[in-house]
Amino acid sequence: MALIDLANPTRFLAFCQRALPWLAGATAIAFVIGIVMAFNAPDDYQQGATVKIMFLHVPAAWLAMACWALMSAAALGTLVWRHPLADVTAKAAAPIGAALTLMCLVTGSLWGRPMWGTYWVWDARLTSVLVLFLLYLGVLALYWTADDPNRGARGAAVLILVGAINLPVIKFSVDWWNTLHQPASVLRIGGSAIDPSILHPLLLMALAFLLLFLTLLLAAMRNEILRRRVRAMQMLQAQRA
Amino acid sequence: MNLGAHADFIVAAYTVAVLVVAGLIAWVALDYSAQRRLLGDLESRGIKRRSRAKR
Repeated sequence: MALIDLANPTRFLAFCQRALPWLAGATAIAFVIGIVMAFNAPDDYQQGATVKIMFLHVPAAWLAMACWALMSAAALGTLVWRHPLADVTAKAAAPIGAALTLMCLVTGSLWGRPMWGTYWVWDARLTSVLVLFLLYLGVLALYWTADDPNRGARGAAVLILVGAINLPVIKFSVDWWNTLHQPASVLRIGGSAIDPSILHPLLLMALAFLLLFLTLLLAAMRNEILRRRVRAMQMLQAQRA
Repeated sequence: MNLGAHADFIVAAYTVAVLVVAGLIAWVALDYSAQRRLLGDLESRGIKRRSRAKR
């Protein structure tokens, strides 16, 4: 099957049917190995055992941003080409991205209290991630409250594209401003600054979270396609009545 | 396993992560069964999508 064939919703549903069990299995295996590695990783010389929170916080933060980037590409597809699967992608991804951003904020706070002495500071990195969370809630509100799904989709697409400005702000906030949050230590010029004994479990947990995200995204997209079929059939039924 | 002096924070973080992931899985699974039920009800009443009705 060519990639372009998946742009057809019926073929996409057939693809989901085949791919989802494999993706779910791979996710479960990756999480088991990742968590075993995470809890066998040595304590950090500064953070101690609280470094284990990073195995959740960092992948959640990466995916929260990657999910918005994916939604931005989908929003272009909605506004420019008006492809129905583009809107399905953005709508299905939004709740997953919101949940991951919430996980990032809460696990970050739980790490911050013992390490920084506070759950929250209004520094640029934390504030810009909070703005990302609020943007996710705004997109969800547009999708869930619009009377006309097409108008809701266009409104959400515009907000998603405007919100994409926040992505480089999050990424470079630690370079542009003086923040309590530490600068990038994995994705940076010059390579990772983390010891392999901690980096490897972190990357495996990131892979597990990525597989989880893809599994949930495909399942949510399948549900959204079915929801649109139900709506079309209900309208047909109303016309006949 | 010794999680050190800040074990409560580590356990709380992993509990939050489990709750968020479980919530997402439950949302997807419940939504799927709800949509399948609605589709089944409509099809049992003889309603077909336009693309199917043409065949």
